[in-house]
Amino acid sequence: MKLSCDISVKRLTRVEGHGNIEICIKDGLVEKASWDVVETPRFFEAMLVGKRYENAPYISGRICGICSIGHTLASIRAVERAFGMTPTSQTEKLRLLLKHMETLQSHILHLYFLAAPDFLNAGSVLELIEPHPDEVQRAARIKLLANDGADLIGGRRLHPTRTVVGGFTMLPDRSALAALERRLQAVIPDLKQAAELFASFTIPNFSRDTEWVSLKGEKGYPFIGGQIISSDGVVKEEDEYLAMTNEYMVDHSTSKWSRLSRESMAVGALARVNNNFSFLHPLAGETAALFGLTGISHNPYMNNIAQLVECVHVVEDSIHLIGELLGSPWQDPRQGVTVREGKGVGAVEVPRGILYHYYSFDSNGRIIKADCVIPTSQNNANIHYDLHELATVMADQGKDDMEIRLLAEMLVRAYDPCISCSVH
Amino acid sequence: MKKDGRSYLGVEVKRPRVAFFELSSCEGCQLQILNNEATLFSFLSLVEIVNFREAISSRSDEYDIAFVEGSVTRADEVERLKRIRKRAGVLVALGSCACFGGVNQLKNRFDDLEWVKREVYGDHSVETMETQPLSAFVEVDLSIYGCPVKKEEVEEIVTNLVLGKSVDHPRYPVCMECTAKGNTCLFEIGEPCLGPITRAGCDSWCPDNRMGCWGCRGVADEANIPQFREVIRKHNIPEDVMLDRMECFGGFRHILAEMKEQDEKGQME
Repeated sequence: MKLSCDISVKRLTRVEGHGNIEICIKDGLVEKASWDVVETPRFFEAMLVGKRYENAPYISGRICGICSIGHTLASIRAVERAFGMTPTSQTEKLRLLLKHMETLQSHILHLYFLAAPDFLNAGSVLELIEPHPDEVQRAARIKLLANDGADLIGGRRLHPTRTVVGGFTMLPDRSALAALERRLQAVIPDLKQAAELFASFTIPNFSRDTEWVSLKGEKGYPFIGGQIISSDGVVKEEDEYLAMTNEYMVDHSTSKWSRLSRESMAVGALARVNNNFSFLHPLAGETAALFGLTGISHNPYMNNIAQLVECVHVVEDSIHLIGELLGSPWQDPRQGVTVREGKGVGAVEVPRGILYHYYSFDSNGRIIKADCVIPTSQNNANIHYDLHELATVMADQGKDDMEIRLLAEMLVRAYDPCISCSVH
Repeated sequence: MKKDGRSYLGVEVKRPRVAFFELSSCEGCQLQILNNEATLFSFLSLVEIVNFREAISSRSDEYDIAFVEGSVTRADEVERLKRIRKRAGVLVALGSCACFGGVNQLKNRFDDLEWVKREVYGDHSVETMETQPLSAFVEVDLSIYGCPVKKEEVEEIVTNLVLGKSVDHPRYPVCMECTAKGNTCLFEIGEPCLGPITRAGCDSWCPDNRMGCWGCRGVADEANIPQFREVIRKHNIPEDVMLDRMECFGGFRHILAEMKEQDEKGQME
């Protein structure tokens, strides 16, 4: 008997923002498999027009409640590059450390609160408290550490207060920074336990050949600025971001779509690990090896694992950064800003992939034009085509509705979409 | 509300059914609740969460308290909000977008909404309307201000709601909280700040980090606007820098209109 089913998931749960999944299979043939974003646009790019430069990071950071630090840093980078400013080494290190705290908190939030319930047959993390108290406590502990670290460097975990064009309004207390380092050392065993938990999950066996896009590692695993590469061999400068993203509209989504060499592309933790595996720190590399994630993986569900690998990497890197920061006395937290007419791009690897901010300014430092290209909008087309491929495979295997629905939801969740961000 | 034998100081406490919803927003205010890892799980045991799409897969249409984050920017959101209002005993506006329109209302300063759409989407047709706070369409029982909301404040307010205590916001400005801590006044280091005219309750969150206040909690009941304008003139802070901040979240909308009217009157005289 050939499979027929109609799956319609409205406002998918356990993702950020509002998206729908529609799958229709008739007599074993996939008639429709679609990823539809229904989120309301807020028009940030228009809002910023006419505003003075210092409004850019403050307002555009509010595009997203999960990756507000990433937005703020991409925005600041774009402004500073437009004004011809180079951050001090101290500022660069503090910004990277702050970003690592966001990456850790965002990945843990996704892995435990959003993704793990599916693998443990639960509807939410609340249902895991009783059967898995240690795991839930562990997740809360790692997340708390990351958020405390973000508070310490950025002043606030959400919509940071110390991050400004030119540097920071104030610097962290040195003894608190040393305490953060000790907590980071102590969290490594927690992350090993987390890896054991995820190693006990059955990651769906599904692959679709994909073009992976990320920043290019030069001296280390890349997070802020530099060239952009794809696994199909494309290499572009940061300023050429439009040629790397090629945004366009489709009728069933209020979020834009992107493409590069093919009909779709993907960004995010798996893209970064795929493109920059050799730059991972030792323990992160070991964690990847535990899951066989050592060559290029085309299984989108492995993005969960790539996030876990990155959790280990950012902890190792943060320990290293704090060591360097504490090794020299504090310099001035903030350099002066001289506005000028110009334009600048800021590319930053945020938890879900590369984020680009672009602004052009008039001679008074007021914004003439703003553009933000969001990781999830770069992933939308890939999610859409993955769903079609998944439905096709499932139809061939004659899986039932419930199973297809769950795997489809898990597929979308694996991308950790940030939907309100993607529409902005 | 469910009664399940909980008590506080010997008084029986009900466990309300709570639902979270978001309209146009960054979902950051809901995340703030998940962000309070230290007390999250004991807080969650205080209430029965029946709707929290970002974290929980099950859903229910029966709830006592609805927290609504975000502002209204599309017709379908008006209908959604009205449905929520009908079902909820208490409707709480969660965060500045819900209270005043938040950063989303910055698009309202362009008279031409068609230009706004074209600037972002070109010729592609997209539905939107002027950004409005919840109170433009439904009665709001309680407002929790801030961008983002402060999690300690949310927990305190929810606890008060559960215990049936009244919820009062400070009438004085952020400046009082900041001064009480002995912070160096940001005006002294040339940093613009709306602390003297913004509603307190955040415990001077931004000024503590040497970031001047942007007014996310709206105008304080006891704000003295003419005196504030004097102060910023005295410190040589350009008025347009302050105006950018005052229009950022929508909580000074009527003050800005009054200022404009007064300035125009002054010019005519």
